[in-house]
Amino acid sequence: MTALDRVARRWGRLIVGFPPYVWLLIFFLVPFLIVIKISLSQAVMGIPPYTPLLEWGEGAVLTIRIALGSFGTLFSDELYAFAYLNSLRLAAIATFCCLLLGYPAAYAIARSSHSVRNLLLLLVALPFWTSFLIRVYAWIGILKTEGLLNGLLLWLGIIDTPLQILETDLAVLIGMVYSYLPFMVLPLFATLEKMDLSLLEAAADLGCRPFQAFISVTLPLSLPGIVAGSLLVFIPAVGEFVIPDLLGGPDTLMIGKILWAEFFDNRDWPVASAVAVAMLILLVVPVMVFQRLQGRATEGTR
Amino acid sequence: MSTGWGRNRALLLYGLLSLAYAFLYVPIVVMIIYSFNASRLVTVWGGFSIKWYGELLQDEKVLDAAWLSLQVAVANATIATILGTLAAVVLVRFRRFRGRTLFTGMIAAPLVMPEIITGLAMLLLFVAMEQAIGWPEGRSITTIVIAHVTFSLSFVTVVVQSRLAQMDASLEEAAMDLGARPTKVFLVITLPIIAPALLAGWLLAFTLSIDDVVISAFVSGPGATPLPIVIFSKVRLGVSPEINALATIVVALVGVAMAIAGRVMLSRDRDERQHSTTSPQSV
Repeated sequence: MTALDRVARRWGRLIVGFPPYVWLLIFFLVPFLIVIKISLSQAVMGIPPYTPLLEWGEGAVLTIRIALGSFGTLFSDELYAFAYLNSLRLAAIATFCCLLLGYPAAYAIARSSHSVRNLLLLLVALPFWTSFLIRVYAWIGILKTEGLLNGLLLWLGIIDTPLQILETDLAVLIGMVYSYLPFMVLPLFATLEKMDLSLLEAAADLGCRPFQAFISVTLPLSLPGIVAGSLLVFIPAVGEFVIPDLLGGPDTLMIGKILWAEFFDNRDWPVASAVAVAMLILLVVPVMVFQRLQGRATEGTR
Repeated sequence: MSTGWGRNRALLLYGLLSLAYAFLYVPIVVMIIYSFNASRLVTVWGGFSIKWYGELLQDEKVLDAAWLSLQVAVANATIATILGTLAAVVLVRFRRFRGRTLFTGMIAAPLVMPEIITGLAMLLLFVAMEQAIGWPEGRSITTIVIAHVTFSLSFVTVVVQSRLAQMDASLEEAAMDLGARPTKVFLVITLPIIAPALLAGWLLAFTLSIDDVVISAFVSGPGATPLPIVIFSKVRLGVSPEINALATIVVALVGVAMAIAGRVMLSRDRDERQHSTTSPQSV
């Protein structure tokens, strides 16, 4: 390779890498720095509704004003801690329900014959391609007091008075399981499909009962799929706003809803930013560290 | 005895599978049925009618919003596919460069970022930029597209990246050895091979954009309201038969598109299998 070639190669790489890199720096990294900055300022009336962090005073003296008031609010008002814990709780239950419902489905699809498998997969993916908002909305008509589910239960004589399901945590859970089920089934299917079935035959030959073989062979082998699917369900569920807003009630506290209310209803940008920063530290950073460790572990085994 | 147990197990398995499908599809089917209900109430069947479709098609707010959403989705998918493909090339082909850790972090982060944080951060950026340099002026189609590209480009990168990593690198090397320049190699060899991934990435970015509520709520304004925001504000007020009609149209469009895509994939699968079995020499 001549020196000229090397220079050309270097420039070529720069031209390819430059656009996505700069785009992400400006539109992804910088916004987060701004969020952190605003979380450290104070709310005021005006446009924009927060105090500047850095200010050039008289005689070019740079003053830095850091207000920790917004974070103080998060700690002193237990509403925030409660909303955060409740988000984790609901997301965890939803993830578990997705696993209970999704595992047998993924298992059945993975063991089905080749001709129907693609159709079954397509049917799992189809709801994902239709509007998420519309699918959540569909549950309002089913769950509300004079809705279809209550109508059916009354007609069957199981209940005498309509149940209050809409505007409760239960409705939020149903909405989450419904919306995120495909995200659980698809990764589970991917690992179960790749599984070497001769391992099960070997277990059977050695006198293992099917259930025992499932517990000691299939389940551990599908663990990567379980982890991937659970993360895909759990993470968006914790920060969910649309589902608790449409299906939950006024006392369904979730952290995404709180952030929305602080920003749009109270117009308190610093507190909204502080909620976002807290969410980043308590949710996104642990997940990214976990994924990195996991990635390194799989590289190590290879 | 063992076959009986096996059959029972299969029955149980397919029973559970049907349960999952019922759970996924009953709400959609209910919505489709009620879009043809003449009555405004959910519990009352007032006879068959298509009047909600008529009302929907006369609702200018909905039509304008749908047109805007379509423009945003196409612009977003196209820009995100270009940037995402470049990012995938960087991640797969350029092993070491300064700032790689930051780059991989910025690609991975949007995948796990709650939408509400991304939306807030984007809006705060636009406000700060407008103050500092006077651009972008207010909330418009531009701000929506920028915000959508930022979160959907990572998804495109992941899709293209896996295809690029699986690709046989010796094809590129052969072309290089024969004297083709890197740009030409990419356009003539690499691009056609990864084209299916580009299409998949484009469709994914399109869907993410046209479906997005939370990020759009932050970065859209009175002058530019995408369809999901219009639907969301209607739906917040309760069940509306017009939305049922809209949902039915969406499901029908997606269903047809999926059927076509499935057909194409199936026939290509078959072609490939025939090629590989009948004429192995010609490959």
